[in-house]
Amino acid sequence: MQALWDFLTLFGLTETIFQFMLVNIILALSIFITLYTGIFSLANIGFMAIGAYSGVICTQTIGLPLWVGLLAGMTAAGIGAYLLGLPILRLHDIYLAIATIGFGEIVRILVLNFDNIVSAVSGQAVVLTGGALGLKGIPKITQTWHLLVFIVLVVWILERSAKSRFGRALRAIRQDELIASGMGIDVVKMKTAVFILSAVLAGAAGVFSGHLTRIISPGVYSFSRVVDILAYAVFGGTVTWLGPVVGAGILTAIPEMARPLKAYNQVFNGIILLLVIVYLPNGIVDPGLLRKIAGRIKPRKE
Amino acid sequence: MTFLQQTINALWLGSVYSLFALGYALVFSVLGVLNLAHSAVFMWGAYLGWFAATRLSLPLPLAGLVAVLGAGILGVLLDMLAFAPLRKREAPRISQLISSMGVALVLVRLAQIAFSAQPQYFPMDAYLSQTIPLLPVKITVIQAAIFVIAILLMIVLGLAIRYTRQGRAMRAVAFDSQTAALFGVPVEIYYRSVFFISGALAGAAGMLYGLAFNNVLPFMGDSVALKGLTIIVLGGLGNIEGAVIGGFVVAALEVASIAFGGSTYRDAIIFLLLILVLLIRPQGLLGVKKTTKV
Repeated sequence: MQALWDFLTLFGLTETIFQFMLVNIILALSIFITLYTGIFSLANIGFMAIGAYSGVICTQTIGLPLWVGLLAGMTAAGIGAYLLGLPILRLHDIYLAIATIGFGEIVRILVLNFDNIVSAVSGQAVVLTGGALGLKGIPKITQTWHLLVFIVLVVWILERSAKSRFGRALRAIRQDELIASGMGIDVVKMKTAVFILSAVLAGAAGVFSGHLTRIISPGVYSFSRVVDILAYAVFGGTVTWLGPVVGAGILTAIPEMARPLKAYNQVFNGIILLLVIVYLPNGIVDPGLLRKIAGRIKPRKE
Repeated sequence: MTFLQQTINALWLGSVYSLFALGYALVFSVLGVLNLAHSAVFMWGAYLGWFAATRLSLPLPLAGLVAVLGAGILGVLLDMLAFAPLRKREAPRISQLISSMGVALVLVRLAQIAFSAQPQYFPMDAYLSQTIPLLPVKITVIQAAIFVIAILLMIVLGLAIRYTRQGRAMRAVAFDSQTAALFGVPVEIYYRSVFFISGALAGAAGMLYGLAFNNVLPFMGDSVALKGLTIIVLGGLGNIEGAVIGGFVVAALEVASIAFGGSTYRDAIIFLLLILVLLIRPQGLLGVKKTTKV
């Protein structure tokens, strides 16, 4: 195994970079699920923060193993999504985008002031989230195989559900909610389920990344991070799960492997976002596009 | 601090917020898209003004003109890059939101590379930051000037939209672009000029905001970006008068939450207001309920 990493390091791909790629893939899958259903939500970063803090408090503060922290983070994010989804999923399009941006900021501010609020309410000095400085010295216990197993599991579930009744229902909702509900699909239930699933993934990504970077603070979960996540999914495309996986992988790896690009990381992501949305609206992993290219290379015989 | 003093504070802060939100609302009302790069243009306006005032040693009023025109041109470039290609393809408006996010990311990062993340300051004469004497409240010369300039700009724009031929054409395009085109209105030119005006307003607001706090930073747009969203949602998306009123409401809320000691939660309060308005009154304070659901 070490030999493999020694070899890959020659190309600038270290295990740490690979791990960040995997975390970003989980985040991209999280936003992919909602986009796939036609829900334009930018709440992922808020759920990532909820997951990360819940998970790290379990492992670092209480001393439980990683899998408990992971479950706690995913559960907390899921519950948050259920509560937020009830009112907010009535909104569509730009309105939903604005509301979820607001949610992300509220989470960040609450995390920032969590200790103050709890201390004021309970009358004792409580230190749980550590305010603006965040939590430091988190044990680095996320292993590459944890991430790989998790992603394979998620992709397996996505692949299975894409071909199922559930997946077809989601595609119908994406096309036209009104008609979907006319066909007997419980649109509210489906959308809530998707929203929770997306939040659970973001929460898991939060727990994993907290135990990789070893430090979490409110500043990490800012609006610009959502734009990065969105860039992964939009770049890869949201036709199949492969899109966000490829998108997150490439967009994370390129600035890391080509060091001079590192300072221009966000410039790069921004330009990619702009170019892809203008010229490749379905992203780079687009079966239709591939078919078109293949057709041009090998003309069909009449 | 007295109630009167707080009102004055809310008024001059609100005038800058309104000016900023006006550009947001203008683009939304005419094109129906949300321009998330508006705050980046705001920040660049402040930097352009700062650059003109310090590096080119222009007096502040001229530097302000540079900021306004420069930001207006930036707005046009923004349209050419992020909006016009998608408009031609009739892409969904969410795509235009995403492309504007991309541009915002690039603009903020470029400012950071060009001007560093350190705050920059305007060269201010001492009298500008002194309070005006013989008044019952404390207001500095620069704050008063900011208020007057912002209000004047809004009045001029309001009159132009209402009473000029171009303003009428612009309202026609906003109401129904296809019908306006049939009546011979060059719709594309109006779209582009809306982006110029919107950018210029953002630039003016950025310059005034930078002067008010005498602080120019690459991330200064972040805090107003989301407040601007709250303001236009509060006023009813695309409602221009609503955006002006919303600016003062948000500023008043902010000033009040600082006065009552909740300054750490002031942003949370504003975003909560944002979500509540979207859920309860999505047409905004002044809006008329439409049949299409949001």
